[in-house]
Amino acid sequence: MTKLDSKIPEGPLSEKWTKHQASIKLVNPANKKKLDIIVVGAGAAGASAAASLAELGYNVKVFVFQDSSRRAHSIASQGGINATKNYKNDSDSDFRLFYDMIKGGDFRAREANVYRAAEISNNIIDQYVAQGVPFAREYSGYLSNRSFGGVQVSRTFYAQGQTGQQCTLAGYQALARQIKAGKAKMYARRDMLDLVTIDGKARGIITRNLVNGEIERHGAHAVVLATGGFGTVYYLSTLAINSNGSAALAAYKKGALMANPSMAQIHPTCVPVLNDYQSKLTLMSESLRNDGRVWVPKEKGDKRPASEIKEEERDYYLERKYPAFGNLVPRDVASRAAKERCDEGYGVGETGLAVYLDFRDAINNQGKETIKAKYGNLFDLYKKVTSIDPYEEPMRIYPASHYTMGGLWVDYNLMTTIPGLYAIGEANFSDHGANRLGASSLMQCSGDGYFILPVTIGDFLADEIRTPKIKTDTPEFEKAEKDVKDKINRLMSVNGKQSPTSFHKRLGLILWTYSGMKRNEEGLKKALAEIKELKEEFWKDVKVAGKADDMNHELEKASRIADFFDLATLIVTDALDRKESCGAHFREEYQTEEGEPKRDDKNFSYVSAWEYKGEDKEPELHKEKLKFEFVTPIQRSYK
Amino acid sequence: MNITLKIWRQKNKDDKGGFVKYQLDNVSTEMTFLEMLDYLNEKLVHEDNDEPVAFDSDCREGICGACGLYINGRPNGPQEGVTTCQLTMSAFKDGDTITVEPWRSKSFPVMKDLVVDRTAFDKLIEAGGYISVNTGAAPEANSIPVPKKNADRAFDAGICIGCGTCVASCKNASAMLFVSAKISQLALLPQGKVEAKERARNLVKTMDELGFGNCSNTGACEAECPKDIKLTNIARLNREYYKAY
Ligand SMILES: Cc1cc2nc3c(=O)[nH]c(=O)nc-3n(C[C@H](O)[C@H](O)[C@H](O)COP(=O)(O)OP(=O)(O)OC[C@H]3O[C@@H](n4cnc5c(N)ncnc54)[C@H](O)[C@@H]3O)c2cc1C
Ligand code: FES
Repeated sequence: MTKLDSKIPEGPLSEKWTKHQASIKLVNPANKKKLDIIVVGAGAAGASAAASLAELGYNVKVFVFQDSSRRAHSIASQGGINATKNYKNDSDSDFRLFYDMIKGGDFRAREANVYRAAEISNNIIDQYVAQGVPFAREYSGYLSNRSFGGVQVSRTFYAQGQTGQQCTLAGYQALARQIKAGKAKMYARRDMLDLVTIDGKARGIITRNLVNGEIERHGAHAVVLATGGFGTVYYLSTLAINSNGSAALAAYKKGALMANPSMAQIHPTCVPVLNDYQSKLTLMSESLRNDGRVWVPKEKGDKRPASEIKEEERDYYLERKYPAFGNLVPRDVASRAAKERCDEGYGVGETGLAVYLDFRDAINNQGKETIKAKYGNLFDLYKKVTSIDPYEEPMRIYPASHYTMGGLWVDYNLMTTIPGLYAIGEANFSDHGANRLGASSLMQCSGDGYFILPVTIGDFLADEIRTPKIKTDTPEFEKAEKDVKDKINRLMSVNGKQSPTSFHKRLGLILWTYSGMKRNEEGLKKALAEIKELKEEFWKDVKVAGKADDMNHELEKASRIADFFDLATLIVTDALDRKESCGAHFREEYQTEEGEPKRDDKNFSYVSAWEYKGEDKEPELHKEKLKFEFVTPIQRSYK
Repeated sequence: MNITLKIWRQKNKDDKGGFVKYQLDNVSTEMTFLEMLDYLNEKLVHEDNDEPVAFDSDCREGICGACGLYINGRPNGPQEGVTTCQLTMSAFKDGDTITVEPWRSKSFPVMKDLVVDRTAFDKLIEAGGYISVNTGAAPEANSIPVPKKNADRAFDAGICIGCGTCVASCKNASAMLFVSAKISQLALLPQGKVEAKERARNLVKTMDELGFGNCSNTGACEAECPKDIKLTNIARLNREYYKAY
């Protein structure tokens, strides 16, 4: 049986990381040259890790499914990246950021990991600035900050609404430099379809070459998964449409535990669903809530245009319900509040599934030019998608699937339960508990990639210096390759009538309905049954056009959707187990009188880590008890 | 509305390829252009037992740069300032015939149907589109103030999405706008100045080696760039390049 050891160092919070680093085994430069590392994924997390590992002297092989690593989904992240520089002199500190994240995550994250993320946040900004990220600046030439949801200080660094793009490109460029130097090699247009373990250690991967369909074997002394989040399991989401959970699922099936899979963030400010053809939902950055005011009409079903609805006829429900934080409450709170108003019949727009985000007052107070300088590109983006001009009319927004707090279980070294297999960035579960605060993912991804993994991986690799190059002609690679080929053949040979996407839509709807912003036991049980049925139907009636040995986007989709069924089952199983409400996980049975999530610390103060037990078998639950030594869990309140 | 599509179909990089005509009915003006292609593919596979049209896309919000097609002879179609994924079908009307082709450039060979190989752009960045600072070697972020004007201009150049529209719109298939955007972003920042000369030399040399054409200042790239990258960047590249020799 797998045993969980989180390897959290002893000692005071602020000394744990420093002490731990000093105790980690080192690999000398001559030996690093002999060690190969596979990094799957090159977004904010993967590219920074790959570049930093190559700089240290390891041989790095990088795999991405896009044609270029510059296109990783991180490129789309918008609003900013946090750090505790305290440039604003507003009493920010590592401890305050740590506390905001722990509280924002509703006391379901590990103290030590979160503190470390805060502690290294400043190094990340230094690194990005040195790499040429054009963060916003004041007229003095010094860096500018803004505030983000769920906090009361200004600690977010930003590059208009394209912070993720600038940070991702900086990582991409650092990696390009290592590719040029011959220390890293890029394998683009590759889908990782399986993980290979030998004697219990991660030793390689099986990929499909997306240009010619070839199934390839790649070996290495260690494997790092930086494959991002799987919010696309809901079908419509703010993620890039090809984001997926297949690599994480492959690792899970090979013995890595999956932690808190039900912790999925539904982001409050997205462009609402406009029609049936829609393939994606566009995020409107949370930073807009700094100046935008959220409201619905006070009258149910009031369909007049916003401009005709007078001030006293408007319900600024966030300001009304949460006077302390107002429009800046955390995402889970804002999303549920929007859903509640719309479910009650106050929603706006044709579908009634939208609320207003209004800039009228901000424009009147600060001038159009100021607002334009802050959010110009977001306003343009909104207008392109909806044809509504937010300078003239309020935006219409609605929550959408956005981020997965859950992911592969990792210890303090970011290693999964499989020795030599690491998970970094959104692909792991480590820092955000039950709800992620804005601008903290880029921070975590970059921190994992630049500063944590390159250190902690040494602890494992130091014992591998005598392991020769990993050969790929072993029975383990043979078997994994055969499994992958079998799955592909099976997909190709169903030859049914329905497209992969049609199944994805139906699966997404089941999850959105029963395992979205609100959940209850009855609905979750129904979801489990429906997912099972849909999966069976998929394997009987999916049609995958084209050939397996050719570029084939339909096959790529079908393979990912086949995995989404298993992930969805795991999400719902986890949501059923957690008989409490916390953060984004809102079980209707467990709420306070005011309709806020009611945690049950006595019984559920744990990370749920699920172990795969075989196809169609119940996974086994392992509980990592959360210890709070430095903060006292309280009922979250933003009132 | 009902439309006729003339789409470039090509089996693989060695195939000659050619246009194939498709009739597509009940297209909604609310669809994006790529959602229209999704819809066509659904029909091709499920009604006509045909192979779907291959095309690249990922973010579908104009930031990853994966999409990018010639539509009626124009990169990204008739709407101004949009990527192909942001183009909506409201730009067309009932009865229109729409021609869809992949980027055409020696440096971006077609791989299948509408999918092209743009690794030449990665090769350009590898040739020096970075600042050589190792992880951990950075000074405190505020120790180097950067005039706001320069930071803003660096940002304006830095937002290039690497989609290839500039190359596709240029009659010489030049990559000058792409290269100059990166050169400008880094040359405008004090941290990037140290390697500015070497960077300009290496990128320009690599651009030639990769078979991109020369810039003859027609400005088509600026006019078509979905991110509004300016020709002034090319002027700056030229200055940086002359300084480098
Ligand atoms: C619209 C939007 C806006 C956001 N804004 C912010 C923000 O302002 N601030 C913030 O902090 N966070 C933000 N986030 C969250 C943040 O962007 C993501 O959490 C983060 O970028 C994830 O980075 P990553 O490196 O873990 O993964 P990704 O960037 O998703 O990269 C995944 C990589 O893995 C590769 N990959 C995946 N699966 C496979 C496979 N099977 N085989 C081969 N390769 C594979 C991909 O090719 C890619 O390179 C935003 C998210 C969205 C959706
Ligand atoms: S799909 Fe990303 S820019 Fe069009």
